[in-house]
Amino acid sequence: MTHDVFLVAAAFLACAVEMVEALTIVLAVGVTRGWRSAIIGTVTALATLAAVIAALGPALAHLPIDGLRLFIGALLLVFGLQWLRKAVLRASGFKALHDEDAIYADEQRAALAAARDDEGIDWYTFTVSFKGVFLEGLEVAFIVVTFGSAQGNVALAAVGAVAAAVVVLIGGLFVHRPLSRVPENTMKFAVGVMLTTFGIFWSGEGAGLDWPGGDAALFGVLVYVIATSALLVRLLRQRHARAVGPRATVR
Amino acid sequence: MNALKGFGRFWYDFVIGDDWRLAIGVVVTLVVVYAAAHNGHNWWWLLPLAVSALLAVSLLRASATHVGDS
Repeated sequence: MTHDVFLVAAAFLACAVEMVEALTIVLAVGVTRGWRSAIIGTVTALATLAAVIAALGPALAHLPIDGLRLFIGALLLVFGLQWLRKAVLRASGFKALHDEDAIYADEQRAALAAARDDEGIDWYTFTVSFKGVFLEGLEVAFIVVTFGSAQGNVALAAVGAVAAAVVVLIGGLFVHRPLSRVPENTMKFAVGVMLTTFGIFWSGEGAGLDWPGGDAALFGVLVYVIATSALLVRLLRQRHARAVGPRATVR
Repeated sequence: MNALKGFGRFWYDFVIGDDWRLAIGVVVTLVVVYAAAHNGHNWWWLLPLAVSALLAVSLLRASATHVGDS
């Protein structure tokens, strides 16, 4: 039960982050150049994604569970550490906060600058929408398949993803502008913590470790990852304030 | 060719990201943990400890690079 709640929550948060990014791109080109091609690009990307997921999903289910946990756990761990690293750098002031408004403005400028074909599909809008939705959608599919397969419940991970899609879509419809009000770094921090926690736990199990307390160790790992991340934010904030001042950022 | 490079770059950026040392560190740690576990040593503490150390080193490197520039 604990695993199930954790799985849905992790899939929900991770997928919501990707979906917000895709929605920002589609909103920018849709508002600027018209919704028809933006929606066609989005639907085509979703159809392509469905085909990719249908082709890859069943293949993963036949892999041995320990090997799968080790491989997926390692991948999640590397992936999660990357998110956590960026989130800590942002929280401590060493990296600029991700600005959805700036992305939206950039996409709008690029859309206005591109040549428009008034007949038929606007290929610029189609391509930008397709690219944004397909790439972010692939990340969502990756999250769902990896989370779900390692836990033996792809359907439950998909529930988290679908819930995220509904929430982000409703949010997008209501807000109807870049979703910069979503506290993105807080969300990314939480996702990084969860990915890292799952990564440590699953890769450890896959490598042959017996965690003390069994499944309950997941909470212990979670608390440890949160505590060490918070400590690192604190240390880096002090370092930033002491040594460089507020203007500096790293990529 | 460009599409292939773009595909490879996407997956590299997606999985490896800004610091490849983190990925290498994770793989090396898992190899050690795997070898230990299959030789009767349940070193469960090693993985979280190594992960936090890898993250700390990566963050200190990133911040030190910047501090050094200023």
